[in-house]
Amino acid sequence: MSELLLDARGIRKNFGGVRALSDVSLTIHKGEIYGLIGPNGAGKTTFFNVLTGLYTADAGHIDFAGHRLDLGQAHQVVRAGIARTFQNIRLFGNMTALENVMVGRHTKSRAGVWGAVTASRATRAEEKAIVARAHALLRYVGIDARANDLARNLPYGDQRRLEIARALATEPGLLALDEPAAGMNASETAALRHLIENLRADGITILLIEHDVKLVMGLCDRVAVLDYGEKIAEAAPEVVQRDARVIEAYLGGPVQ
Amino acid sequence: MMPAPIARLFPRAQPKAAAFTGLLIAAAALAAVPFVLGMNFGNSWVRIVDFALLYVMLALGLNIVVGFAGLLDLGYIAFYAVGAYLYALLASPHFGLHLPLWVILPLGAACAALFGVLLGAPTLRLRGDYLAIVTLGFGEIIRIFLNNLNAPLNITNGPQGIANIDSMSVAGHALEKPLVLFGIALPSLYLFYYLFLALAILTMFICIRLEDSRIGRAWVAIREDEIAAKACGINTRNIKLLAFAMGASFGGVAGGLFAGFQQFVSPESFGLLESIMVLCMVVLGGMGHIPGVVLGALLLAILPEALRYAARPMQIWMFGRMLLDPEALRMLLFGGALIVVMLFRPAGLWPSAIRRREFASAEKET
Ligand SMILES: Nc1ncnc2c1ncn2[C@@H]1O[C@H](COP(=O)(O)OP(=O)(O)OP(=O)(O)O)[C@@H](O)[C@H]1O
Ligand SMILES: [Mg+2]
Repeated sequence: MSELLLDARGIRKNFGGVRALSDVSLTIHKGEIYGLIGPNGAGKTTFFNVLTGLYTADAGHIDFAGHRLDLGQAHQVVRAGIARTFQNIRLFGNMTALENVMVGRHTKSRAGVWGAVTASRATRAEEKAIVARAHALLRYVGIDARANDLARNLPYGDQRRLEIARALATEPGLLALDEPAAGMNASETAALRHLIENLRADGITILLIEHDVKLVMGLCDRVAVLDYGEKIAEAAPEVVQRDARVIEAYLGGPVQ
Repeated sequence: MMPAPIARLFPRAQPKAAAFTGLLIAAAALAAVPFVLGMNFGNSWVRIVDFALLYVMLALGLNIVVGFAGLLDLGYIAFYAVGAYLYALLASPHFGLHLPLWVILPLGAACAALFGVLLGAPTLRLRGDYLAIVTLGFGEIIRIFLNNLNAPLNITNGPQGIANIDSMSVAGHALEKPLVLFGIALPSLYLFYYLFLALAILTMFICIRLEDSRIGRAWVAIREDEIAAKACGINTRNIKLLAFAMGASFGGVAGGLFAGFQQFVSPESFGLLESIMVLCMVVLGGMGHIPGVVLGALLLAILPEALRYAARPMQIWMFGRMLLDPEALRMLLFGGALIVVMLFRPAGLWPSAIRRREFASAEKET
């Protein structure tokens, strides 16, 4: 397959006695949609948190686009080109949808205190560009009409879209989505699927945690399965679906 | 797209001429304030308004920390103290130093900012109640230091405080003396008024510009959800320290002005109650909303004095004689007024449009 984008090696994370991740290694290639699945509590979100710098790993390292990631430094990870959404949506509730996306432009803009106070020409131009870009991203995910609504007042599906728009504002090479379809109805899920396909067409690599089997099987190029913090399979979706260990993990016992 | 404040304060959308006349009228009205007050109510009222302007600066500074970045700070008055003592030490017979105002004020801002970072650094992981307790302790530590740094080396002169501080002089004129301009004698208190007004407006201007900027958005993002802010690439540590430093520097400037105005500083001016007072100004006015915070500061600085003046004639009028000490009654009425305002306008007297909606929908949910 094509170029290597992400190379995670031996990631380990313990919470007291709980082994949330034991030596998980996985590789993601440029342009693919990579699924991360597994039963509840398997460690999927924990892997995201380590990857995006919110947790420090107890062991292991991650290379992204040829550079070692500074694990535990969330803002550095974003600068390196990895953006994410959250399983339980985390928007800036009392900011408008537009402002949420504008915050996402933080790493791609530079104005400091001096520039802001003097409103220098560069700052004003930058600010204008931020607004324009934020509107464009809201249009891209299909919620530009809600630009001036408070994020907390958006319907659930739109909140998920807004989170994606905010993540896209950082211009990521890899977009990590933690259960984006959770709580969505069938038509919202279909629209989400369409959005993810568009993202791939636009050259963004996607790491997807999802419980919706149909969505994962339909979208992903490759799937890794976590169970009790261990990677038990990694292959094309149709192969994983027939894997005995995977079936056992999901059914909670050996198959007759 | 942005809500009210900027559009309202600098009405850009209006034709330029209209905006200009509006600005002229506002300037004339502000310039007339000390004359109107002084002539009708006596100069002690001008003095009260001078102090109110210092409180405007303090409240705007604290608003950056509490209102924008959402970091509850109960020791804010410490930065006021730092600014005041810096002025006192650098422009008084205490050390025999007599530096000019324009050296001391920026130095006071920088020094207070440094203390802001000193307070901010160890509290980066704390929020809410925990942060409040640590900042409260910080404020007390500064006050206790000021109280005790008179031995073995006399730095602050302890509880007696530092007296005979130089008055401020602007453009060669010492503000403690009246200034005769075009045949009109401007009393010293008026001159302080104009200086404080200029700096309060500058503070407000800086706050407005910051609020609607990349930095201001980052502060609000941290207030709303720190983890999400990190996931947006915001270096939350630096941006929080910046909030502490910016807020503290305004406090430092206000403190310097206070010292030059009073020409006397002592630790008792910088107690916990003062911190709480400034916090009340921010909350009562409308946390995070600059015009609201200014209103809150003016009201809370002036109202208690007005109550003090009103308490005596009111009692005589109602009961025919004095029943209660005006001082005791003043705080009672003041507390009562605070409670009433918070019951009926929980978002503050003049909240931003967004915060009003926020409180409205929170009410619907409960
Ligand atoms: N911050 C934490 N502190 C302690 N334990 C944690 C923490 N985060 C996760 N865990 C534990 O680590 C394990 C993996 O949790 P994780 O959230 O990664 O699972 P998941 O695969 O995302 O599950 P789900 O499908 O339910 O979202 C669980 O046993 C969980 O209780
Ligand atoms: Mg999870």
